[in-house]
Amino acid sequence: MTDKLIIGGKEITNRFFTGTGKHANNAIIPQLVNESGIEVITVALRRVDLTSPQENILNYIPKRCILLPNTSGARNAEEAVRIAKLARACGCGNWVKIEVISDNKYLLPDNYETAKATEMLVKEGFVVLPYVSPDLMVAKDLENAGAAAVMPLGAPIGTNRGLQTRELIRILIDEINLPIIVDAGIGRPSEAAEAMEMGAAAVLANTAVATARDPVTMAKAFSMAVEAGRKAYLAGLGPVKVEAEASSPLTGFLD
Amino acid sequence: MTVKVNGKEEVLEKEISLLQFLQSKNIDLDVVVVEYNYDIVQRDKWGEITLKEGDNLEVLQFVGGG
Repeated sequence: MTDKLIIGGKEITNRFFTGTGKHANNAIIPQLVNESGIEVITVALRRVDLTSPQENILNYIPKRCILLPNTSGARNAEEAVRIAKLARACGCGNWVKIEVISDNKYLLPDNYETAKATEMLVKEGFVVLPYVSPDLMVAKDLENAGAAAVMPLGAPIGTNRGLQTRELIRILIDEINLPIIVDAGIGRPSEAAEAMEMGAAAVLANTAVATARDPVTMAKAFSMAVEAGRKAYLAGLGPVKVEAEASSPLTGFLD
Repeated sequence: MTVKVNGKEEVLEKEISLLQFLQSKNIDLDVVVVEYNYDIVQRDKWGEITLKEGDNLEVLQFVGGG
């Protein structure tokens, strides 16, 4: 059975996305990306230190990957647009994960500014994946604005607290006609699997992989969990019941 | 002449092009993206811009991020 996720005209087989932040050693990135068959990977854009050469993160990302630059550091729509354009000028494609954050404690996204940035960047020809708090009305605005997907958070960035926003994400999956990619806060493969069982199109986790004792194996665990969750969703989960219902026949017992 | 580069003021001794300025730094020019007075400048145009007093430069590159 072919079950491909298509975003911005590109076919994606592996529905587990990861990031390149927080790795103690960047050399581990190509290993975990290749062993897990990861296809979509995020990067950030920052000022260069002009006094000492820095590692080029792109050297650690296999060329077959789809690069998803984020606009982290943006505090409003205009800054997000500026960062997105700079990222595109790096010549690695036109995908962008919009991240507009001005709350330093919980790093919750500014949905209003994110929606504005989405509208502007879609008009500029970007494939736009906005990172948002799961709110149905904002998600509808994003859909109308031409976003390629919606990326609701499961819990605040970097917390590994899992699917705290489960019910709101369920509503987005139900009501929004775009891929819903759960991003941020997912700490365990089981939580990624749960999101996929609910019908999420993909899951993105960076911290959970980068801060694991063995990131290569953890990336593999996430990939497998996401695949399992996807299969379960496609298979259709059996009904949940309060009272027992025997699985074995209730006739033909011995006397 | 003073220009601002990545938020910091820098004094230039003589008139130089944007390309010469970037070449004088310890950076990998193949991987950076440059914004000159809030406009992105493609790398084939770096040699055509002469830096002047009060210019604002941003020199960026991709780094690890989630």
